[in-house]
Amino acid sequence: MLELKDFRTKVHNDWCPGCGDFGILTAVQMALFELKLEPHQVAIFSGIGCSGKTSHFVSTYGFHTLHGRVLPIATGARLANNALTVVAVGGDGDGYGIGAGHFVHTGRRNLDFTYVVYNNGVYGLTKGQASPTLPKGLKTKSMPDAAIVEGINPLATAISAGYTFVARSYALDVRHLKETLKAAILHKGSALVDVLQTCPTYNDINTKEWYSGTDLPTKAPRLYKLEDTGYDGVVKDPTDVNEINQKKVQAITRSFEWGDTIPIGLFYRIEQPTFEDMIANRMPAYKEVPLVKQDIFQRDVTPLFESLA
Amino acid sequence: MAETFAKACARGGLHVFANIEYHSNIKGEHSYYRVRASERDVQSHVDWIDVLIALDKETLLGDLHKEYPTHNGHRNEVSPGGAIIYDAALKLKPDDLGRPDVNLYPVPYMDVLVGALKETGHDKELSKYQVMANTVAFGASIALIDYSFEQIAEAVKEGFTGRKAALGELNVKAARHGYDYMRNTYHDSFPYKLHPIPSKEKRMVIRGVQAVGIAKFKAGCAFQTYYPITPATDESEYLENHQKDYNIVVVQTEDEISAVLMATGAAHAGVRAATSTSGPGFSLMAEGLGWAGHTEAPGPVIILYQRAGPSTGLPTRTEQGDLQFVLHAGHGEFPRMAVAPGDVSECFHDTFDAFNYAERFQMPVIVLIDKFLASSYRTVPILDSRDLKIDRGQILSESDLAGKPMYKRYEFTPLGISPRTVPGTKGGIFHTTGDEHDELGHISENSEIRIKMMQKRMRKLQLANEAIPDSKKVGFFGPEKADVAMVGWGSTKGAIIDGMQDLEGDGIRCNFLQIRYMSPFPTELVTKHLSNAKRKVLIENNYSGQLGGLIREHTGIAMDYKVLKYNGRPFSQNEVYEGVKEAIKNGVKEVVMAHA
Repeated sequence: MLELKDFRTKVHNDWCPGCGDFGILTAVQMALFELKLEPHQVAIFSGIGCSGKTSHFVSTYGFHTLHGRVLPIATGARLANNALTVVAVGGDGDGYGIGAGHFVHTGRRNLDFTYVVYNNGVYGLTKGQASPTLPKGLKTKSMPDAAIVEGINPLATAISAGYTFVARSYALDVRHLKETLKAAILHKGSALVDVLQTCPTYNDINTKEWYSGTDLPTKAPRLYKLEDTGYDGVVKDPTDVNEINQKKVQAITRSFEWGDTIPIGLFYRIEQPTFEDMIANRMPAYKEVPLVKQDIFQRDVTPLFESLA
Repeated sequence: MAETFAKACARGGLHVFANIEYHSNIKGEHSYYRVRASERDVQSHVDWIDVLIALDKETLLGDLHKEYPTHNGHRNEVSPGGAIIYDAALKLKPDDLGRPDVNLYPVPYMDVLVGALKETGHDKELSKYQVMANTVAFGASIALIDYSFEQIAEAVKEGFTGRKAALGELNVKAARHGYDYMRNTYHDSFPYKLHPIPSKEKRMVIRGVQAVGIAKFKAGCAFQTYYPITPATDESEYLENHQKDYNIVVVQTEDEISAVLMATGAAHAGVRAATSTSGPGFSLMAEGLGWAGHTEAPGPVIILYQRAGPSTGLPTRTEQGDLQFVLHAGHGEFPRMAVAPGDVSECFHDTFDAFNYAERFQMPVIVLIDKFLASSYRTVPILDSRDLKIDRGQILSESDLAGKPMYKRYEFTPLGISPRTVPGTKGGIFHTTGDEHDELGHISENSEIRIKMMQKRMRKLQLANEAIPDSKKVGFFGPEKADVAMVGWGSTKGAIIDGMQDLEGDGIRCNFLQIRYMSPFPTELVTKHLSNAKRKVLIENNYSGQLGGLIREHTGIAMDYKVLKYNGRPFSQNEVYEGVKEAIKNGVKEVVMAHA
């Protein structure tokens, strides 16, 4: 019988005390465990930054890649072996900054995988510079001055790019995050889970207390769950262009809600053929057997030579 | 039509070498094909033309009248006694061409085409078919040199298959009318003849990109990535065209960063993976190359089709300007292999071997080709691929791992290579990272581990050096003892070998050392061949003589002369001859060739 501890490594963890990453790591391990996946059937790919160390802490196949390049590497591995469950993780600078091009194009392909972004508004491992998600005008404690450019909206970008599962969760709500991750992993297609994550060392604005709304007159938490409001982001008929557009607009509109109230949960979901399905349409053998298991080492190339004679 | 002609010649037992020069645009600035046919094996082009087929005025006279002129026309390249076929509708007078020493054959392309179309009832659609004036000119040239029309007709038809088959027939008709016009108008007035000769050998007409593509299939490559770039894309399209038959996934990526890393991810996941690009794309790949080398990925194989740089450079022209870049791309020190095939057969074999070495030594392998070799056609016998062996290196399966202690992906082993596992294998879980790491693949900043890991990775190049047969590390042509030792690499091979005969004809005894493996560098072999050589002439398609620098770095041996060319055009046979003569007869240390 598999146990939760089978998803943990003994590698020394050097994240700061109180870091939101711990919640994400735990949720990832729990989600894999609760989905009853065998560790050897899973591959975790991570980018560079504090979040990049995640792959070393999970006892699955683990690839700690390059800054901003986690998605191409994960894509190549997934296409080579579509029997693997592929989870990519990285920070907001990694995914929405230096890796923004890959972020957009991976969504377009609708590869069947899950991308978890640790979104804390700062570059933690280089000591607190503004990340692409930090809103304009904010100044976290190690910045010399306030940000003078707009922050990116990752959810709206993801929906526009073509991700077919777009959700937001919160690192300190491990239960919600775990359930969101499970749904994302089960989803057939590209799933983005943007995780609001606290950086107790460098982001002194979007803190645990801030998310809890302790500064608000109402003292009510800023975060609320979409599913508690009757919001439904799931496209029922993927052939209905009007429904798709309506659900996209609804999700994008909601994703701009940021202030005294911030929604988390599933913003948008649609079932569409995955990249793997599309490849299989072109190359039928791909449907039955992962590329890595195909017997392609006995190819006869004589007909190719003959065609040139 | 040039390709058709090449194929027809090959079937007629002749040897062919053909190359194309074109501009970087779509609307079609002046471009041209050179086809050389011979009864003996030829592997280069020459700078003179025996029969010039001009499809337009610019081909004859150039564009010097334009605000931004680029060339002088080809009329001056025609050999004395040669022929120019051109459109009679241009109404040129013989004086306009300024070549009283060549035979002029004006042919009214459109009138002849209309005659052909009338016969098939297509003459009302002239605008649709007017491009077939080319075919008329082509047919006329066949009559001029008295080549077999049947061979030509067959090759023309093959160019149009399926729904286009009727167009093939129409083109044969147009060619026939051109052929007949030439026959009836000028009779047997041209002394140069080309006839099929009997040949026992079945030959194909093949380009570098095709040789590489076929090698990838043969090697079991399952995954190819690319971002569109001249002149590399042809290869990826070739693979994609055969995707169904050979089960290969071809992915067009968002950029070359993604291309190299997607292929690296696939290689780590257990398939043979490759990517193809040109210089600008390879510049973007430098980061990924480092990750592949550092994580000891069993690939990818990177085919780099060099073009004239830097930056965008001359995007459709050739150059050998990326050798030193390939050897140093990426920060820090990590192992990579680099091999530079010199002809289409070597393109095939070196690409095949690259996959074996990538997996066996767990490192990226770069195959360094160039636009010239990628796109020029050559006749070669059908390559024998039956004895080629796949060697995937050491891969541990679930049963290998059962009952063993924890698997270490980066284990220090007596042989120097850590057996790998394929993700998905039970008991084979590993971690990897672009950070320095321990045997388990976890981040480590331990000094002792750092030293051992650096040594383990870099030592694999020595292992590779021991594994590569000497015959593949370098090529050596001509006598051991010679007056002149020519040294080169890559696509200049053909011109140098053909040029050697011209030099021999002048009584200059020469040999040629072709360096094929650039990393690991064959230091001993190069030293053996060059340490006693009298006059060493370096021949390279670049500005600085990059191979010369590499040879000196590894052996301490300096070249005596350099013959260089960096106008984006390939060396011709006669340029090798002229360049080497200029160097050794006149003592010019650095000769720059300039033929366009």
